[in-house]
Amino acid sequence: MNIWHKGWRPVLVLILLFVVWEVSCRLFEIPRWLLPSPSQIVLEGAEGWSNYYHHLTATIGLTILGFLIGASVGIAVAVGLHLLPRLREAVYPIIILSQNVPIIVLAPLLVIWFGFGILPKIIVITLVCFFPITVATLDGFKQTSSELSHYMKMAGASKGQIFWKLEWPYALPSIFSGLKISATYSVMGAVISEWLGAKEGIGVYMTLASSSFRTDRVFVAIFLIMILSLVFFTLIVSLERMIVKWKPKGDGKGRD
Amino acid sequence: MTKLLIENISKSFGENQVLDQLSLRVKEAEFVSILGPSGSGKSTLFQLIGGLYSPDSGAISLDGKRINGKTGSISYTPQSPSLLPWRTVLGNILLGGEIVGETDHALALQMIDKAGLKGYENAYPYELSGGMKQRVAFIRSLLSPQSLICLDEPFSALDEFTRLEMQNWLLSVWEEDKRAIMLVTHNIEEALYLSDRIIVLSEKPTHVKKEFVVPFPRPRQASILLSEEFLNWKKKIYNELRVIM
Repeated sequence: MNIWHKGWRPVLVLILLFVVWEVSCRLFEIPRWLLPSPSQIVLEGAEGWSNYYHHLTATIGLTILGFLIGASVGIAVAVGLHLLPRLREAVYPIIILSQNVPIIVLAPLLVIWFGFGILPKIIVITLVCFFPITVATLDGFKQTSSELSHYMKMAGASKGQIFWKLEWPYALPSIFSGLKISATYSVMGAVISEWLGAKEGIGVYMTLASSSFRTDRVFVAIFLIMILSLVFFTLIVSLERMIVKWKPKGDGKGRD
Repeated sequence: MTKLLIENISKSFGENQVLDQLSLRVKEAEFVSILGPSGSGKSTLFQLIGGLYSPDSGAISLDGKRINGKTGSISYTPQSPSLLPWRTVLGNILLGGEIVGETDHALALQMIDKAGLKGYENAYPYELSGGMKQRVAFIRSLLSPQSLICLDEPFSALDEFTRLEMQNWLLSVWEEDKRAIMLVTHNIEEALYLSDRIIVLSEKPTHVKKEFVVPFPRPRQASILLSEEFLNWKKKIYNELRVIM
């Protein structure tokens, strides 16, 4: 009900967009290999299921594995840098720089170094994933209320207690913001890593489709990637709802 | 018997001298209020007793033991309730004991009941009103194992009605518990109504300006708030503070 209430506007825009697309394709008789119409894409999506579903499962598996490793690395790096401020000063700028290395260029290099196995693929996804998580987590730690940390210190809490009882839970909402961004990136990362040379995966399906001018399949792949990203995002959001229970629901306001 | 003894402590932050040769003492089971103009270093005083910083000179001792720069010796309630938002009422109340490694579930539940918060044990702080949050913070203080309770303007954020109600509640709990309490406030009436002794601080650099022993008998009755004697005392302390300000 609520989703329908808020969601009908973007849905309407989307439908309008598809209608314009469909009508233009038919009106100007655009050839299928140049730009397929939405109905052709949907048809291919439905009929070609047996063609691509093993690609889909491969990508889902790779994305989950890569995301889990990337997220763990991201959180671990953030915790490490938070607990060792000197290290943080030294490493933080380099972490930001690492994000300026274009993944597309780096990917073939990784293949040269690590071969065609799963390792270079995981490295690509990790590189894409860890940054938003590390930055968001560090921010969360930094924002810990000084009043609460004064209280904890005066009560005699040790460094470990302050971390586990105060800083970690305080940062959880920020960590989830990072996870949400990374979850959508990880699908992109998986597809890019599959371009490097994989046996199956949406990335492979996409490359095959575009080299054989099956533009409709390229679009099927695009929509699959979008849907996958959305599903992962939703999963993280529901996980957040389950874990971060102390936030007021609804209008976002407490009682006073 | 002396609970807390502060001898000639001074503290500067850079150029800014906050405390200058401040000395005071709190006895066992005594309720002492610290009154002073705003910005007179009251909070700094608490942070020194709490061990967040060390004084530049002088000594702070609790039960005869020196606690300069040592955290964990007092039970402190800051100005705002400072509850952890991800912990329930019960979880927050147990926090003080948890830090030193001893929690008493049954006692906590009993105190919650006594504070009129029954049914809210598993509520999160955002679900509570201002007065209720403050009450939770007090119970947390009372259930912390430390023997000296320091309250930093705990009633300043409450409205008049809630404040009086909370003061009465605090008094009734304290009458049973009889732990030493140090209360920082800038409300003369509150200091008079609650405490055994009032210590007036000077402006910066702060030292003890004057001390008053409050003569009203315990348990305190709310009716004294309107008595002639109470008003006279209020005038006396007000004049003392006016000289400073």
